[in-house]
Amino acid sequence: MNLYRTVRLIRRFEERAVEFVRSGEIVGGIHPYIGQEAIAAGVCAPLTDTDVITSTHRGHGHVLARGADPARLLAELMGRETGLNKGRGGSMHAADFGLGILGANAIVGAAGSIATGAAWAHRRLGRDTVAATFFGDGAMNEGMLLEAFNLAALWQVPVIFVCENNGYATTMPVASAVAGSITARAEAFGIPAVTVDGQDPEKVLEATTVAVERARSGQGPTFLECTTYRFDAHHTFEHRARLTYRSTEEISAGRSRDPVEIQGARLAAEDRAVVDAEVEALLDAAAVIALGSAHPDPAAALEFLYASPEVLR
Amino acid sequence: MPKLSYLKALNRALGDELERDPTVFVLGEDIRAAASNVTAGLFARFGPDRVLDTPLSEQAFTNFATGAALAGMRPVIEFQIPSLLFLVFEQIANQAHKFSLMTGGQCKVPVTYVVPGSGSRTGWAGQHSDHPYTLFAHVGVKTVVPATPADAYGLLISAIRDDDPVVFFAPSGALGVRDDVDFSTLAPVPLGVGRVVRGGDDVTVVALGHLVQDALAAADELAGLGISVEVFDPRTVYPLDVEGLAASAAKTRRLVVIDDSNRTSGFAAEILAIAAERFDLDAPPRRVTRPDGAVLPFALALDRAVQPGRDQLVTAIHAVLEEQ
Ligand SMILES: Cc1ncc(C[n+]2csc(CCOP(=O)(O)OP(=O)(O)O)c2C)c(N)n1
Ligand SMILES: [Mg+2]
Repeated sequence: MNLYRTVRLIRRFEERAVEFVRSGEIVGGIHPYIGQEAIAAGVCAPLTDTDVITSTHRGHGHVLARGADPARLLAELMGRETGLNKGRGGSMHAADFGLGILGANAIVGAAGSIATGAAWAHRRLGRDTVAATFFGDGAMNEGMLLEAFNLAALWQVPVIFVCENNGYATTMPVASAVAGSITARAEAFGIPAVTVDGQDPEKVLEATTVAVERARSGQGPTFLECTTYRFDAHHTFEHRARLTYRSTEEISAGRSRDPVEIQGARLAAEDRAVVDAEVEALLDAAAVIALGSAHPDPAAALEFLYASPEVLR
Repeated sequence: MPKLSYLKALNRALGDELERDPTVFVLGEDIRAAASNVTAGLFARFGPDRVLDTPLSEQAFTNFATGAALAGMRPVIEFQIPSLLFLVFEQIANQAHKFSLMTGGQCKVPVTYVVPGSGSRTGWAGQHSDHPYTLFAHVGVKTVVPATPADAYGLLISAIRDDDPVVFFAPSGALGVRDDVDFSTLAPVPLGVGRVVRGGDDVTVVALGHLVQDALAAADELAGLGISVEVFDPRTVYPLDVEGLAASAAKTRRLVVIDDSNRTSGFAAEILAIAAERFDLDAPPRRVTRPDGAVLPFALALDRAVQPGRDQLVTAIHAVLEEQ
């Protein structure tokens, strides 16, 4: 029931966000998470309040699954003062430190080492925090991420590496980009790695539960390769650009395994309807709040630049 | 006359050089599908050995280009976002740039780094909106920021043919510029040579890239008030056309710089330092820049507030004209 609510919430949030991009309320576009919802839902479900996550350019799902307020996320995408980041971050940087969301990161491969450092430090400070860090198949080719695997394994850091393999890095197919196998790369550092059906929230949850236990009990990192498919564009700019790197047959085959349907089928129809209605009401309210929120004052454009107040020129 | 867009000019320059010189090749992310449109049609024309779609491995493919250059090729790298230059600063500043001197001149590294869409991209926020040309000028890497389609074409050709590493910034605010261009006049534009875009007598405005349009608009506006503004576009940030700038400043004796980089140690700071050392001006020069340490905030009004703009430029021009 909870997993269904999460995947449904993410799906409908994203569909509405795409509409807000079209209507111009969201400037700069978004990277829709549509199709990949099971991963965020399954990974975040077994985490506890004191755990932390890092997210990606395609991050709305992670942030929502971790429990962020949809109204404040939407307000962030609209650049409003009530947004998670007070309108300063936007789609690619949504963060909620109160929920252990250390931020979405717009640099592919950058967050894995941040999560590793955070997890290591929490442990040093005597906490039993686990970090989960999301990244795509494209990030598997960034040296910085591979270096993070080494540190995490070497120092037995309680971090879970979650690779969302949706088959593409923008237009680049994974087969043309990754030599060898994705899981073998983690295994080369001595990190246990499994491939999981990333369309099924329960499968993801199961695998994550094992990884969380390992991390929490001091056995170090785990690597999860979650196979998935991005149903929509890499970024909403693609709705206008003519990029032909996926065939229509491939797209419809990919869409046939829909995480919302897979999880929804496990619910009685009436229960599902109740959740759906609740999600719509929540998102209706979120839109009202976000659209009604103030825009930040341009005079405060560089507020927060430094943690300590500084004189700026 | 036919129209040529800035973006198309880049595409044309790449195609022409690939055609002319078999050692030229292009590499980068999503360039086969031409996600940015810079490489549109080139994969079909030149094939996978000349147009290499790379995995997301910027640090490796930047040094890979250095290696290919050492072996006698002329690589052109397209970077998808300006911030990637921070990721490969080591590979450009500490490797490619240093080989010639460190080897006592035994080799050359003719790599061109093209950054289409530098600066604010309207809504792409903190990690996608930098315009770091000053950084490369500071370390002494040849750096160009063309303003017009013809200059984009001509400077890209020269950058590719140059025997040293050259960083080529195509500001996102300039990519859509379209000019009437007689294609037969398209020609290489030498590095290090600026251009007086609009002649004037009262004040020199130095502007680069997309800000040249703002400078011209400000000049138009002020012409209505009887103020004659000269707009000087250095086109190359490093090496700078100091003589061209000096000639303009000697004529107008007043100077304002508009610069889309941070204030401290920015490009404008360098121009003002040169002015202090060499120019005889009637009023202290002024600069309009991003504020110190600027991180572009996401919300549109904040993003705009942090960028140097036409209104600030007009104010600065009035200020240097009023001072004696
Ligand atoms: C280091 C870096 N290189 C390139 C980019 C531009 N870029 C943004 S997303 C993306 C593709 C990422 O692919 P993947 O990691 O598979 O994630 P997906 O988009 O498929 O979710 C690229 C190339 C970037 N943001 N950072
Ligand atoms: Mg991917």
